[in-house]
Amino acid sequence: MNINSISKDDLPWIVEYDSDKCMLCGKCVAVCSFGAIKVDVQKRKKVGAISNEEGFQIDADQKAIPVIKQVIDEHKFCRGCGVCTKVCPNGAIKVSRNKTEIFGTRYRAKTSDSVKRGGRTNIHTEGRTLDKIKVGRISQMTDPSLDAIRHTFDLRTNLGRVVSPENLNFKVENGNLVEDKTKTLPVNTSIYPIIISDMSIGALSPRMWEAISIAVAYLNEVKNIPIRMSSGEGGIPDRLLKSKYLKYMILQIASGHFGWNRIINAMPYMQEDPAGILIKIGQGAKPGDGGLLMAEKNVKLIQEIRGVPKADLLSPPNHQGLYSIEESVQKMFLSMNCAFKFKVPVAIKVAASATSVSVYNNLLRDPYNIVGGFFIDGIAGGTGAAHEISLNHTGHPIVSKLRDCYLAAVHQGKQGQIPIYAGGGIGMNGNLAADTFKMICLGASGVFIGKLILQIAGCVGNDFGKCNACNTGRCPIGITTQNPKLTQRLDVDTVAQNIVNYILATDIELKKLLAPVGNSTLPIGRSDALVCVDRNVSKRLKIQYAC
Amino acid sequence: MCRIGSIKSKNYIHPSMVLKLMRSQQKGHDNSGFAFVMQDLGGIFENYKNLPILSMACTDEGMKYAEDMLHQIGFTRVFQYNMEVYPDESLEIETMPNYVFEVFQYPKNYKNLSRDEKEALLLDTRLKLRSYLEGNDEGYVYSFYEDVISLKEIGNPNDIGKYFNLWSEDVNLKAKIITAQCRQNTNYDIVRYAAHPFFLQGYTTLTNGENTFYEKNKLAQQKLHKGYIGFESDSQCFLYSLHYVHKILKWPLKYYKHVITPLPYEEIQKREDRDVLQRIKASLSNLEINGPNTTIGVLPDGRMFNVIDSKKLRPTVVCKDKDIVVMTSEVCGANEILPNRDISQDIYTNERELVVVDNDLNIERIPQ
Repeated sequence: MNINSISKDDLPWIVEYDSDKCMLCGKCVAVCSFGAIKVDVQKRKKVGAISNEEGFQIDADQKAIPVIKQVIDEHKFCRGCGVCTKVCPNGAIKVSRNKTEIFGTRYRAKTSDSVKRGGRTNIHTEGRTLDKIKVGRISQMTDPSLDAIRHTFDLRTNLGRVVSPENLNFKVENGNLVEDKTKTLPVNTSIYPIIISDMSIGALSPRMWEAISIAVAYLNEVKNIPIRMSSGEGGIPDRLLKSKYLKYMILQIASGHFGWNRIINAMPYMQEDPAGILIKIGQGAKPGDGGLLMAEKNVKLIQEIRGVPKADLLSPPNHQGLYSIEESVQKMFLSMNCAFKFKVPVAIKVAASATSVSVYNNLLRDPYNIVGGFFIDGIAGGTGAAHEISLNHTGHPIVSKLRDCYLAAVHQGKQGQIPIYAGGGIGMNGNLAADTFKMICLGASGVFIGKLILQIAGCVGNDFGKCNACNTGRCPIGITTQNPKLTQRLDVDTVAQNIVNYILATDIELKKLLAPVGNSTLPIGRSDALVCVDRNVSKRLKIQYAC
Repeated sequence: MCRIGSIKSKNYIHPSMVLKLMRSQQKGHDNSGFAFVMQDLGGIFENYKNLPILSMACTDEGMKYAEDMLHQIGFTRVFQYNMEVYPDESLEIETMPNYVFEVFQYPKNYKNLSRDEKEALLLDTRLKLRSYLEGNDEGYVYSFYEDVISLKEIGNPNDIGKYFNLWSEDVNLKAKIITAQCRQNTNYDIVRYAAHPFFLQGYTTLTNGENTFYEKNKLAQQKLHKGYIGFESDSQCFLYSLHYVHKILKWPLKYYKHVITPLPYEEIQKREDRDVLQRIKASLSNLEINGPNTTIGVLPDGRMFNVIDSKKLRPTVVCKDKDIVVMTSEVCGANEILPNRDISQDIYTNERELVVVDNDLNIERIPQ
């Protein structure tokens, strides 16, 4: 043994094994996708004394018994996913978090490399802002509450540039307003205020991505909930591009432009326009960093969709060739608008930053009215692969940034004209409806979610170091992996059903929040409906303090 | 706690009629104030139809300042009427030293200018005067416009009527349109500016209900027009949206309903004009007022209308006799002044229509 080598006590998770309960079925070893446990043998020696007629004798019985052992290795370490515990019939194995937190230090010292993982920030220095906000303006007496079940609610929001009333192309004919078709207005669509966002086929297993798209199509076609999903960078299958379900998809273009060859080639054959185009500049989990799909996850299907060879796929941190907002508006927004004949809203996604208000102000002043949405992603957003230092230490909380942007628009008298969608930790406490409602009251036209959808699908990761191994391509649930065997673990129909169920539940809960404030439409910017139990937060967000 | 009432008549009527209209509804309001706006004036103002009238409650200092300011701009006073008052210690009323209606001639260089330019001058003058009086606590200016006077006071409406001797009809104060409300403000401070009806450039509104979209409306409206100020009452938002839709955007009146209580998406999709309605809904979403409200409005051309909220939480009844149409919160008020009308013709405005009375007292129900 080398005293300097990594030891079990250095690992982030400790496997606890009880050989007395173990029936040697081997399921735990078979199921561990990280190779973090192995079958080994232990030498056992039983020493006893026998007394008989001949006197007193020592008896030593030596045995080699099979056991499960934790692998001690800086690459094949236990991630704490707990799948071994799930499959063990006798409760003989479990994992527990090692509180020493020394692994990162050991890892860096050993590999001279940064720590990488998936998931989202694991540092929790204060409580969630949204949990300190309550829906405190309850309609009573003079403005009666509505009935969440019997009243009708109009849960729709805008995606696409909204022009000021003076700029509408209306003329009066026979006492009616009619559109002057010689003047074209920017496209504007009416969608559900929750977007499932930005998880690519590649980051996700094809089965997981398929489950989400099935759920989205079902919610639209059967349940009349006009929810949209964003493809993430990397395109979508050719068959979907040419299907009628494309209308529920927001196609993303990021700095790698992956998948866009296929999209452009499919354009003449498209039956429907996509729901939108999302130009990704940055994301909240790793702001200033580009996407990364390791060669291991870049399997044949992904290569086909993206039109790339088997290699690590790195999206640059910025869009090459765009150096200013004005330029981005003119080049990228205009070309995307042109490509889809000005019939598809083109939006932008940026990481929340101290500079977000400047960016938003610039876009609001864009004279061409071609920016159809502003997606801001906060520090609590998730990702499939990032350097831990980015996940834990870079980025900007979303709530105050959303509020700042909304109030900047109010200052210009242009609130709502470029709808703001906020993301990054929305639904982190498990309650999407509450978070969505509060963000809308603070000025968001809608929210986008990612990690929550994975959790609905069975993701076992949490924000306290559990699993967070999406980057390895070894997702034990089959969500963020391209390994055919691991992918098989995910049941597409069940996952799709669970997503549908969750959104239906959220729809009910949203109405339960709308009813008491007396709104039948989304209360975008109605911050008077909120109170805050933290004085600093209330001051910062300009909402009422309550205690 | 609020009740509203308005009367549109073919003949000139006296404010005592609106006091009677509101008296029987007093259990429905909180007796905290009384205010009225009279338009299409008769009586002593009949000969000044095309001249602006300043309606003001102020101190002596305030009056002097106002007159000096108007003279400086070039207005010349042609007629002045001070409300006579009848103080009595038993009356429940907060008073101001002077209640004046002054008729002015436009400055010489304005006489040949367009109507818009004249209106802009009147608005600028009123805002300037209001700002000074407010800052120095010297009074309140309610309107400065052609063919309109307004009076607002805090106190028991009965007593306010007695204080100004409005209960007994006389030949001085007469008009064909009178709108009135018998309460002050329950949501915010009780101040004179918070009393309905609200008036701006020929548009008048009065509302029963609560504007749950107040903050959104206010943030949007204060950037839309310099006349959209005050916001002492959440109901001022109804006036500003009406003014914006009808005067600034120049849209037909029926679209006011589409702005304040837009149809749900599903219903819009079933209509031929869905593209227009969807655009209105998106572009004017900040002016939506989908709470519990009913609003009576008067337009510059003399038409009077009523809209109620889309959930039917606040009612209004429209009653008609030969020469008079009454819109009011409770039918008992209409029974008081139109006891012989055919009650089967009463209209209870529904949640998806706009009821309009024209100058011949024809009533049109415009479906949304």
